[in-house]
Amino acid sequence: MSNPAAREAAAERPELFYEPESVPAEIRAAPKSLLTRLADNTVLRKTLLLIVLAVLWEIYARALDNALVLPTFSSTVVAMVSALASGELPQATAYTLGLLFKGYLAGLLIAAVLTAFASATRLGADLLETLTAMFNPLPSIALLPLALIWFGLGEGSVIFVLIHAVLWAVALNTHAGFREVSRTLRMVGQNYGLTGLRYVFRILIPGAFPSILTGLKIGWAFAWRTLIAAELVFGSTSGSGGLGWYIFERKNQLLIPDVFAGLLTVILFGLLVENLVFRVLEKRTVIRWGMSG
Amino acid sequence: MSDAAQPLLSVKDVTLQYPAEDRVVTAVHRLSFDVYPSERFVLLGPSGCGKSTLLKAIGGFMAPVAGEMTLGETLITTPGPDRAFVFQEFDQLLPWKTVLGNILFPLVTGGMPATEATERARVYISKVGLEKFADSYPHTLSGGMKQRVAIARAMAMEPEILLMDEPFAALDALTRDHMQEELLTLCAETRSTVLFVTHSIAEAIRIGTRILLLTPHPGQARAEINCDGVDREDDSGRRLSSRIQEMLFGKTFDGGAGHE
Repeated sequence: MSNPAAREAAAERPELFYEPESVPAEIRAAPKSLLTRLADNTVLRKTLLLIVLAVLWEIYARALDNALVLPTFSSTVVAMVSALASGELPQATAYTLGLLFKGYLAGLLIAAVLTAFASATRLGADLLETLTAMFNPLPSIALLPLALIWFGLGEGSVIFVLIHAVLWAVALNTHAGFREVSRTLRMVGQNYGLTGLRYVFRILIPGAFPSILTGLKIGWAFAWRTLIAAELVFGSTSGSGGLGWYIFERKNQLLIPDVFAGLLTVILFGLLVENLVFRVLEKRTVIRWGMSG
Repeated sequence: MSDAAQPLLSVKDVTLQYPAEDRVVTAVHRLSFDVYPSERFVLLGPSGCGKSTLLKAIGGFMAPVAGEMTLGETLITTPGPDRAFVFQEFDQLLPWKTVLGNILFPLVTGGMPATEATERARVYISKVGLEKFADSYPHTLSGGMKQRVAIARAMAMEPEILLMDEPFAALDALTRDHMQEELLTLCAETRSTVLFVTHSIAEAIRIGTRILLLTPHPGQARAEINCDGVDREDDSGRRLSSRIQEMLFGKTFDGGAGHE
């Protein structure tokens, strides 16, 4: 508009004024149709997906017609129901879960101590980074033979490998999360006179929660698969036997639908923990806070 | 400012340095100034004049290599709630707390009983006009609303002095205009003492009662002038903004108040 001729031409155009009409509420924000609302429901979508997978399994297994290789979905469910009714499967599951919780909690506790040390001092950070680089790539199950020598048969050695499975993933993610808490948020905390543990609990932990949650999830998955593998390979180590041992035993007796029932239990617990525990935790925290990235 | 009044904040011969890649950079060189109660003291200068570094030092986040800063009678050594900070960044609000929770946070951590804190937080929420959003989380708010919450949070602490580090720089021009007006109204109500950092001459004139001009590399004082919120002409017919422009950059631009 720096050209004077253009400016003059613009000045000749009349100024216009409008009166915006009032738009009815249903046009300003139209309600969604029932179908859209159903399609928006994550639980519904995922449930449908699971049903489709089960139906595909059933169809393929029937076509294959070899129960020793792949039993049908329905026979697996029947085996599962009878195993549940007989109390064998619940007992094995309860035993496995008990061990899992002990190992998981012990792992979290040690991770908390290590991370606290790492965030307090530079030497602690070096220690954590070195230890993690050394031990994180080491499969936990590879430590089981050694653990058996140190702690003997029984819970002790299994909990030891579980701690190894959980510790590094959780510590690494928490430590990384702490370091990524924004400088502004740290200064906000200091501005209000927060120091020491109050600073950690009120600023660092919530600020690093997305990473901490990731660590918790990875740690949980590592613990679960380590435990099942440990029970499968060294079934007798855990004494009375958990889910892995249950699967191993049924395979030896060629009770293949029961093997699948055991595997299905593992899967169901995975889904349950992911969707109930972690998903709810996520919704109540990082999603609600707009921190989920 | 009456001569009898004691300065609230006193900066004496302060030099600030920070480590860069392979050397130590001097951000502020032997700077002295006083801020009196109820003043809105503006630190104005181009980038590199150390104004934000200076504010961080007064906030207690870094120590000066020479000189000293005192607030009232006490030497500034650590961060503390007597100097409430308002940052430029929107992420200064705790994402895991609602608007009310954010404003309560410093009050409750400071040991105020919950009912009294809530009462006071509500007063300041209504001062910035966010009653309807008290239970909203920060990520659902606009930039201007987030800065309002940050200002309300700082003011609710009723600190000795408010330290504002370009609080409106990340806002759009219309919202910034609005927020400057609101801040002036709030200050008139609360009689707060404000130390305000900006690189906008127009903003400095509008906000400040006294303006310290800083020149860069390293930051040094160029002038300390009074202001009543209007870009007035002096006896020779020159606008304040153009005089500031000349002092900072050594040359004049006609009607140069619009430097944003």
